[in-house]
Amino acid sequence: MAEVLVLVDHVDGEVKKVTTELLTAARRIGEPSAVWVGEASDSGTAKLAEYGAQKVYTAPAELNDYVVAPTAELLAKLARDTGAAAVLVSATAQNKEVAGRTAVKLGSGVLTDVVDVSADLVTDHSIFGGAMVTKAKVRSGAAVVAVRPNSVPAEPQAGEAAVQAVEVEVPEAAKGARVVERVAQEQGERPELTEAAIVVSGGRGVGSDDFTVVEKLADSLGAAVGASRAAVDAGWYPNQFQVGQTGKTVSPNLYIALGISGAIQHRAGMQTSKNIVAVNKDPEAPIFEIADFGVVGDLHTVAPQLTEEIGKRK
Amino acid sequence: MNIVVLVKQVPDTATERKLTSDDFTLDRAASDGVINELDEYAIEEALLLREKHGGEVTVLTMGPDQATDSIRKALSMGADKAVHLVDDALHGSDALQTAYALSKALGTLEFDLVVLGSESTDARTGVVGAALAEYLGLPQLTLAGKVDVDGTAVKIQRQTDYGYDVVEAQLPAVVSVVEKINEPRYPSFKLIMQAKKKPVAKLGIADAGIEADRVGTAAAATETVEASPAPPRAAGTIVKDEGDGGAKAADFLAEKKFV
Ligand SMILES: Cc1cc2nc3c(=O)[nH]c(=O)nc-3n(C[C@H](O)[C@H](O)[C@H](O)COP(=O)(O)OP(=O)(O)OC[C@H]3O[C@@H](n4cnc5c(N)ncnc54)[C@H](O)[C@@H]3O)c2cc1C
Ligand SMILES: Nc1ncnc2c1ncn2[C@@H]1O[C@H](COP(=O)(O)O)[C@@H](O)[C@H]1O
Repeated sequence: MAEVLVLVDHVDGEVKKVTTELLTAARRIGEPSAVWVGEASDSGTAKLAEYGAQKVYTAPAELNDYVVAPTAELLAKLARDTGAAAVLVSATAQNKEVAGRTAVKLGSGVLTDVVDVSADLVTDHSIFGGAMVTKAKVRSGAAVVAVRPNSVPAEPQAGEAAVQAVEVEVPEAAKGARVVERVAQEQGERPELTEAAIVVSGGRGVGSDDFTVVEKLADSLGAAVGASRAAVDAGWYPNQFQVGQTGKTVSPNLYIALGISGAIQHRAGMQTSKNIVAVNKDPEAPIFEIADFGVVGDLHTVAPQLTEEIGKRK
Repeated sequence: MNIVVLVKQVPDTATERKLTSDDFTLDRAASDGVINELDEYAIEEALLLREKHGGEVTVLTMGPDQATDSIRKALSMGADKAVHLVDDALHGSDALQTAYALSKALGTLEFDLVVLGSESTDARTGVVGAALAEYLGLPQLTLAGKVDVDGTAVKIQRQTDYGYDVVEAQLPAVVSVVEKINEPRYPSFKLIMQAKKKPVAKLGIADAGIEADRVGTAAAATETVEASPAPPRAAGTIVKDEGDGGAKAADFLAEKKFV
C-alpha cells in the first residue's frame, strides 16, 4: 500500500486534534506516515501511533527558522523518496502555503480547503461562502491536499509509529525569508479556535470591548471564543480570534453567533459548522437563514440566561 | 523602488456566484466583476511604499478582457501603469498555473517588490503568493500585517496562529498582505480622470514566454469533477425572546446533547 504523508501540527510537543483527523483520512487512501518538523515528543509519538501512523519522519526544527520553503522541500523529498500517493496538511493559512510550494516542487496539483476526501482521492469542497459544493481531484502525481480542521472525525486505530530521522538539504533559495522573532499573543486557557468543538462568537452587537457576556457563555460550554471582523476592527477583541473569510475558518459541532449579522464574509468562515445558534435583535438578520436555532432578542439578556441555564443543567 | 502589485478581478461576493456547467470554471457572466477586496490593501501598501521610497507602481492582472475594469480602478487609486496578461489559452488555469503564468509575466518586468493579496474571494486558495515565490526563487514574505523597507532589506510581521513572526529578507521579494495592514484609499476625481490616460500594456502568452501546453483547463493539474448548489440547510427554529429566549436556546442545546 502506498504511503500517505501527513504533516503534523504540534504545539509544545502535543499533537493537535487536526493531525489525528488527517491520519484518519490518510488511512482511507493508504498507509499513513507522519512528518514532524522538530524532535518528536514521546507523548506526541504515542498519539500518532494511536491514530494509525506507521512511520514518523522527523526533521530538524531549524527548518522553521525560514518561512514555509524548507518544510515544502522536506515534504517534496519524502514524497519522491517514498512514492507517496498523497500529502495531507491542515488547511491553515501557513499550511496552505506549504501545500502550494510542495505541489510546485512535485509538479503535481494542490487542493485546498477540503472538507472531505475519499479513498480514491476525490476531495469535497464548500465554496462561495457555502453556497456550492464541488468535488475535485488531482490529475497526476501525488495529490497535495489541505483539509479543514473538524471536517473528518478522528477515529483511533493502532499503528507502529516507528520514528525515523530524515536529512534534508535546504537550498539557499529556500532560506531567503528568515524568521527573526516570534511574538505570541494572549491565548488564554480556552481551546484553540480552529480545533474547538464549540465556538461562541461575538459581533458588533456586543456593543463594547467588554466581551464578558461572550466569554462567560463560552466558558460554560468549554468553548473557544471568536469574533466578527466588526468587533475586531473596533478593537474589542484581538485579531487572531476573527472568524471569516480573512480570519479563521471554523467547522465546530456547535457555533453560537451573538450580535453578528451574518455577512457573506463571516459565513465563509463558519458555514460548515454542524449546528448554528444565533442571537440577534433583528429578525431580518441573514444569520437566521443558516441558523438551526435562533433567538430574536437582546444578546445582553438572552446570553446570560443561556449561560445560567447551562450551569443549572450540568 | 519599483513595485508590481498583483490584482485579480473576481465576482462580487455580494451577488450570486456560479460555475459554468461545462467545465466548472467561474461563470464570469453570472455576476459583476470587482477587484478582489484584499488586493485593494495590496495596492494601498504599494502606494504607501512608493510615497516613502519613490519609484513606480505597476499593476499586473491576469484575466479576460473585462478585467480592465479592475485595472482602471487600481490606476485610479494611484498606480502608475498596468500590464494585462490576457489570452484565451489561460482560461481555466488553476492556482498553480496562475502563479506560473504570473511569474513568467513578472519576468518581463523590472521590480524590487511584488505585492499581492493573501487570498482571493472566489477561489480562496491562498497559495498564489507562496507558489509565485517558489517559481521565482524569491523570498516569501506572506501574510504581512506590517511591511518596512530599509535600503535593500525588507521586514514584515507575518500573521500566525499564535500572533506574529518578524521575518526579514533581501529585495527583491514577494509580499502578500492581510487586511489589517492599512485602510485603502478612495480614488479622487482627479486621479480617476488621470487613470484614463495611464498606459495599459496587453501581454499574450507568447509575449511572456508562457508555453501554451502549461496553462488552461486542459493542462491543469487539478480538475473539478462535480459541482452543485449546497443542499439547503433544514429550516431552523426561530423564536422571539419573551423573557425565556435563553432557556429555550438551552433546551435546543440539551436536545442536541451539548449540555
Ligand atoms: C475583504 C473583506 C474581508 C472580510 N472578512 C471578514 C471576516 O473574516 N470576518 C467577518 O466577520 N467579517 C469580514 N468582513 C466584514 C463583513 O462584511 C461584515 O462587515 C462583518 O462581518 C460585520 O460584523 P458584525 O456582524 O459583527 O456587524 P454588523 O453587520 O454590524 O452586525 C451586528 C448585528 O448585531 C445585531 N445587534 C446589535 N445589537 C444587538 C444586541 N444588543 N443584541 C442582539 N443583537 C444585536 C444587529 O442586529 C446586527 O445584525 C470582511 C469584509 C471585507 C470587505
Ligand atoms: N489572475 C490573477 N491576476 C493577478 N493576480 C492574481 C490572480 N490570481 C491571484 N492573484 C493574486 O494572488 C492573490 C491570492 O490569490 P489566491 O491564492 O488565488 O487566493 C490575490 O489576492 C491576487 O493578488
